[in-house]
This record gives sequence, structure tokens and C-alpha cells, in this order.
Amino acid sequence: MHPAPSVIIFTSLSGLGFGLIFWMGFGLPAVNGMIVVAVFATLGLGLATIGLLASTFHLGNPQRAWRAFSQWKTSWLSREGILAVLTLITFFIYACLWAFLDIRIAALGWLSSALAAGTIFTTSMIYAQMKTVPRWNVSSTLLLFLIYSAAGGALLAAQMQAAGALLAILAVVQVLAWKQGDYAFAKAGHTIETATGLSALGKVRLLEKPHSGTNYLMKEMIHIVGRKHSAKLRVISIALMAIIPATLILALDAGHIIAALAIVLHVAGLFAARWLFFAEAEHVVGLYYDQR
Amino acid sequence: MTQLPTFTKKKLGLVIDLDTCVGCHACVISCKEWNTTSYGAPLSDVDAYGADPDGSFLNRVHTFEAKQEGCSAQTVHFPKSCLHCEDAPCVTVCPTGASYKREEDGIVLVNEDHCIGCGLCAWACPYGAREMDKVEGVMKKCTLCVDRIYNENIPEEDRVPSCVKTCPAGARHFGDFADPTSNVSILSAARGGMDLMPAIGTKPVNKYLPPRPKADITPELDVLGPLMAQDETAGGFIGWLDRTLERL
Ligand code: SF4
Ligand code: SF4
Repeated sequence: MHPAPSVIIFTSLSGLGFGLIFWMGFGLPAVNGMIVVAVFATLGLGLATIGLLASTFHLGNPQRAWRAFSQWKTSWLSREGILAVLTLITFFIYACLWAFLDIRIAALGWLSSALAAGTIFTTSMIYAQMKTVPRWNVSSTLLLFLIYSAAGGALLAAQMQAAGALLAILAVVQVLAWKQGDYAFAKAGHTIETATGLSALGKVRLLEKPHSGTNYLMKEMIHIVGRKHSAKLRVISIALMAIIPATLILALDAGHIIAALAIVLHVAGLFAARWLFFAEAEHVVGLYYDQR
Repeated sequence: MTQLPTFTKKKLGLVIDLDTCVGCHACVISCKEWNTTSYGAPLSDVDAYGADPDGSFLNRVHTFEAKQEGCSAQTVHFPKSCLHCEDAPCVTVCPTGASYKREEDGIVLVNEDHCIGCGLCAWACPYGAREMDKVEGVMKKCTLCVDRIYNENIPEEDRVPSCVKTCPAGARHFGDFADPTSNVSILSAARGGMDLMPAIGTKPVNKYLPPRPKADITPELDVLGPLMAQDETAGGFIGWLDRTLERL
């Protein structure tokens, strides 16, 4: 799948935002005072909102984006939109009361946390439901998105012990997800022969493309160039995103500088991991082009 | 509404005969012509005469080669458009309700006034049957020429999809698969009409007829074999020529 840089950056950031909202719903970081609470809350709301707004820039007709709230009965994208907005509204009220009136309503906080977790879950389902992209259509996709947000959110919420542990778990889940993904296409069993139904005639290959140039399908679903360096990128991303920050936090006394460094490294690694999530994903339509 | 109907009164669709298709792309062009001037937004072309042309099409013809060990290869031209799946994943993923499957005849359509151009339906389709229009920012797909098949302003014999009407080889057939006595049901049953990528569970309505066995390609049907064998010890002028050349 085509790894559009803006999609990667903004989906990663909004995941972090909902992660932070999740932690703040439980009253963490346990801070008081208008400024501190407001800064954390604005960060959470800002990151989550940036992601949402940015996703509308990719639409062909963003002026009708409100219609995307209508099909919650079947569409995970619609459900994501609804939950995201509900999360933002609930959390906004909760955070305002906490920051400005020093009233923290626990139940409202738990509700924001649950909604944030739900939003992340629906996001992961948008990818995990795609039978056409076997690498995404696996159970680890769900786990991966939840862990990304939980770990990143803990980092932003300055919950260093939790962040250290979650980042260590993230490293394991990420490796498992890559392994599961590597076998997913073969396991799904789709080949150029099943795509064309011509297996009885022998080995099939594409003799001529349907068009001499490119088209929407090829640009959107077939991305081969970038995969060349995926092995190296995997190492870089997991080191930056999980292993180094986890080691820093767990081994050293987590002061402000360590925390800031861990966040910067984590976000950089997260971008690389999200890039791989798209670039390594092969869509079955590539079979009709003899390219995956 | 993106909930799929549990039952459609008709199952309109196409039979595509891979044995007969000659790969002329006439259906591609006639489809583009009809659909750029009628249902919804026109099918745009970008940089049509430049170095990097790109455009929206609802029907495309791939050409494959199939080869069995020890046999000669076989070319198969392969037209591909929306298969109007019974279990259409492109419909259920749509967040706006723009994509829907009609209860009356099973045709899968996009209401372009509601489509936001998110592209998720194109991701969900295994067959590459949906293309986003660059200029209009809405999703385009085969409508089964819904504006022809019921159109009382055109002669009755023209009330079939444009590709079917156009195909000079008669490789495309249109009809109702819900009716076991229809032309398409009978043809599909007789020739082993197949689903593409059945494991993905879309239950396509359109059926593809596999190429008929060919004598020189299917080993059991070795009709020409004996004739070819004789050739090696040919008599007459060719034989003389062969022997003479051998001696040189
Ligand atoms: S062929 Fe693709 S676009 Fe057409 S109904 Fe099936 S899944 Fe949807
Ligand atoms: S591109 Fe249009 S039709 Fe397709 S899923 Fe998005 S809103 Fe629905």
C-alpha cells in the first residue's frame, strides 16, 4: 500500500493523542494546578484533533465529511469518526473541569479513557478487517495499535515506569506482528492463479498490462520500491520506538531530560514503523498486475 | 445504506468468456465513452497526451500467459470490471452510505453526491474494480449500465451494458443469475463458470468461463502430435531439402 507521508505522520500523532487522553482519564499524571493540567490536556486534544483534521484533507470531497458519521452499523471508518468526536467532547469537558475548577470527575475520566480506547480499536479494525491486505488482516494488528497508543500515551503522560514496561511489551508485539505479517499473504493462499482462475492451465504470468501508463490502483495499492530497505528499517524503527527508550527509562533514573529524549526517539521510531505498516502491506489486486 | 440486502430479487451480472475474448479492448473504450457522458461525473483523464497519462476506467483488459511444464504457452485475455458481489466488502466499509447494493437487481452503485472520496471501498475490493476519479474526487465503478438496461428511450436491443453490446467477439453476456433459465445461468452452468479469488468470500455475481482445452496445449488431447512426428522424417521436396542441408 502507498505510504503517504502525511497519513503516516498524522495517524501516528493522533494515536499518541488518544493514548494520552486514555491515561489522563485515570487522573494521570497526578498533577494539579490549572497550567499543568491544561498543558497536558491541550497536548492530548491537539494531537488527536490534528490527526482527525488531517485525515479530511485526503478526501476527494471533504465538504461532505459529516456524512461519514452515518454508517456506524457496518463501517469501521464511520465508527472511528463517531467515537473520536465523542472522545474529544467528553475529554474536553472533563479536562476543563479538572484544570479550571479543580474538580476531577472520575466517572467522566473513565468514560474518556474507554472512548479513547474504543477509538483506537476502531482505527485498528479499519486495517484489520481488510481481507484484501493479508498482512493487516491478522489479530496482531489490533494488539499493535492498542499497544502503540498505550505506550506512547504513557510516555507523554510522564508515567515512566508504566511506559518502560509497555515499551518493552511493544517491542515483543511488534516483532510478533512482523512475523505474523510475513506469512500472512502465503497463508491466505491468494496467487495469480486463484485471482485469474486459470490454475488448470498451468503457471500464470502477466503478459501485458491493461494500460501502458499507471493508474489509481497501481499508485494506491502497489508499492514495491520502498520495500528494498525494510529489513534495515525494521531494526531502526524498533530500536528507536521501543528498545532504546525502554532501556533508558528502566536503566536510568527517569528525569526530565531522559523523558524528553525517550519521547523524541519513540516518535521517530513510530513514524518509521507506521511507514513500514503501509509500505510492506501487499494488496491482492497486485496479483492482477503480477506485482505485489 | 451500507447494509447489504439479504436477498435480491434479481442478480444481474455478466458472463465473460475467456475462451472467446480476443483482447481488442473495444469494451474498455465503449465503457469509457458511455460512462463518461451519462451516470455521474465524467471519467477524467489526466495528462492524456503527455508523458505520464493516467485516467479513470471502469473496465480494463489484462493479458495473461498460462503455461504448463512441457507444453506451449497459452495467451488469455482477461477483461475485469466490477463483479457486483453478493457479499460486497466495498459496500459495508463505506462510511457515508454512498456505496450500496440494490435490492431489486443486485447492482452495486456509488451515489456520487454522498461520496467523500475516502478510497476505503477501493481498498476493500479484491479485484481492482473501483477507481477514484482524480478530477471529481469521487469513486467510480461499473454501474452495469444501469442507465441503459432500463432505458426506454433507446431501442430494446441496446438495453444491455455498453461493453456487451460492443464486444465484436461475443465474449460478454448480460443477464439475471437469479433465474436458472436465463442465458447467463445456462451458459455459466454449461461451461463451468467460475468465481475469481473465491477464498476471499465476496461471492461475485459475474462469472468467468475458462478457456476451452486446446489440442496443442492439453497433453491428453494430442491431436496434432502424430502429424508433427511425421514431419521429422518428411518425404518429398521438404525431406530432400532437409537431408541435403543436413549433409552440408
Ligand atoms: S467487484 Fe469489487 S467493487 Fe464490485 S462489488 Fe465486488 S468488491 Fe465491490
Ligand atoms: S470513496 Fe466514497 S463510496 Fe468509497 S468508501 Fe469512501 S465515501 Fe464510500
